[in-house]
Amino acid sequence: MRSLIDIKDLSLAEIDELIATAEDIMANPEKYAEACKGKRLATLFFEPSTRTRLSFESAMYQLGGSVLGFSEAQSSSTAKGESLSDTIRTVSNYVNIIAMRHPKEGAALAATMRSEVPIINAGDGGHNHPTQTLTDLITIKLEKGGFDGLTVGLCGDLKFGRTVHSLISAMSRYKNVKFVLISPEELKVPDYIRDEVIIPSGAQFEETTDLVGSIDKLDILYMTRVQKERFFNEADYIRLKDIYILNPDKLANAKKDLAILHPLPRVNEISVAVDDDSRACYFKQVKYSVYIRMALILMLLKEAESK
Amino acid sequence: MIIGQIKNGIVIDHISAGKGMYIYNVLGLDKLDCTVAMIKNADSTKMGKKDIIKIGEVIDLDFDLLGFIDPGITVNMIENGRLAKRERLTLPERVSGIIRCKNPRCITSVEPELKQEFRLSDSEKRIYRCIYCEHAAQIENI
Repeated sequence: MRSLIDIKDLSLAEIDELIATAEDIMANPEKYAEACKGKRLATLFFEPSTRTRLSFESAMYQLGGSVLGFSEAQSSSTAKGESLSDTIRTVSNYVNIIAMRHPKEGAALAATMRSEVPIINAGDGGHNHPTQTLTDLITIKLEKGGFDGLTVGLCGDLKFGRTVHSLISAMSRYKNVKFVLISPEELKVPDYIRDEVIIPSGAQFEETTDLVGSIDKLDILYMTRVQKERFFNEADYIRLKDIYILNPDKLANAKKDLAILHPLPRVNEISVAVDDDSRACYFKQVKYSVYIRMALILMLLKEAESK
Repeated sequence: MIIGQIKNGIVIDHISAGKGMYIYNVLGLDKLDCTVAMIKNADSTKMGKKDIIKIGEVIDLDFDLLGFIDPGITVNMIENGRLAKRERLTLPERVSGIIRCKNPRCITSVEPELKQEFRLSDSEKRIYRCIYCEHAAQIENI
């Protein structure tokens, strides 16, 4: 049973195929309006989310399928002490595919061990978030025309930011990509991402604390939120949360065709004044996210049926 | 010191000096009724000093566990006083039920029935990673 737990589960050819399908859906939505008629998606969100859950639900509805699920652990049997394994075993009898978010790292992989249907990891703690990465990739493809040779700046919480880890993992597979990793010392990219993903890929990278001094080199600037829910110590969160705030002044030296991405939600790390800048792509990401998730649901259901 | 030859059994050789007793305990050799010899600090041209364990009967050994504890080990199977088979152990690619993930954010911290499983991530630095959360476990720190 094919699931999507980590972006590396997809080959580059499959990513290209998903993006091509998503573009076709955007151009010809009517062609896909009944593609999942009679199919059911479960959205199991053990941790709150607005965008990801609604994006999945919108994707399934636009494919003519139906959706059931819960939006927080408290409204599921988890509140009564049910294990994840039992929840998954139960729900996989009701639906054809499951999209799940869970606060614990590795939860989606654990779910695949009990599920009868494909699992899509919609975020497992600070670990992975592959469908956000697909959203980032389709945005980069549509904004920049491709992936090779890009200089990608990632800024903010690079330690706990699961979207950052997945995006680095995905982009490091393309040719001549350079990473500029911009973060405070405490939120640097974990050693294993640097030592086992970036370095073996041969991609160039630099680590810096300076956003303004690095911004002129970038083709992509991926801003992230410092996530309160990832800190055990609130004092550390308060000290670091406002460390990078992107505003029009900081963009003064940036390239004219820079693409500014953000997985959203933002708190204040991108000033609202940047929203009207033509380089701001984060609301386009939201739009593309539905189409790429539609393409993914189609792919996984098709593979499940062919088994 | 002379320790008799084994007719049928196992010689666990090239154990890093000092790890023999640990392996003796991990394998539960104290529970065997047969002859078991534990040799500490034997001279070795390759290693300087080494430990050796001789077991006077053939028992099931978990090679992954042994390789994980001490990847330089050689296991010699003796039949009718002759060497029947020799296994040179290396770090196993995956280990189950040997290490526990210490990451409080890992799913295994709240789902105790999940099998603890690690994959070899860096054989030079001897780093294993939890298959669920990718948290590192370095052998020296276990």
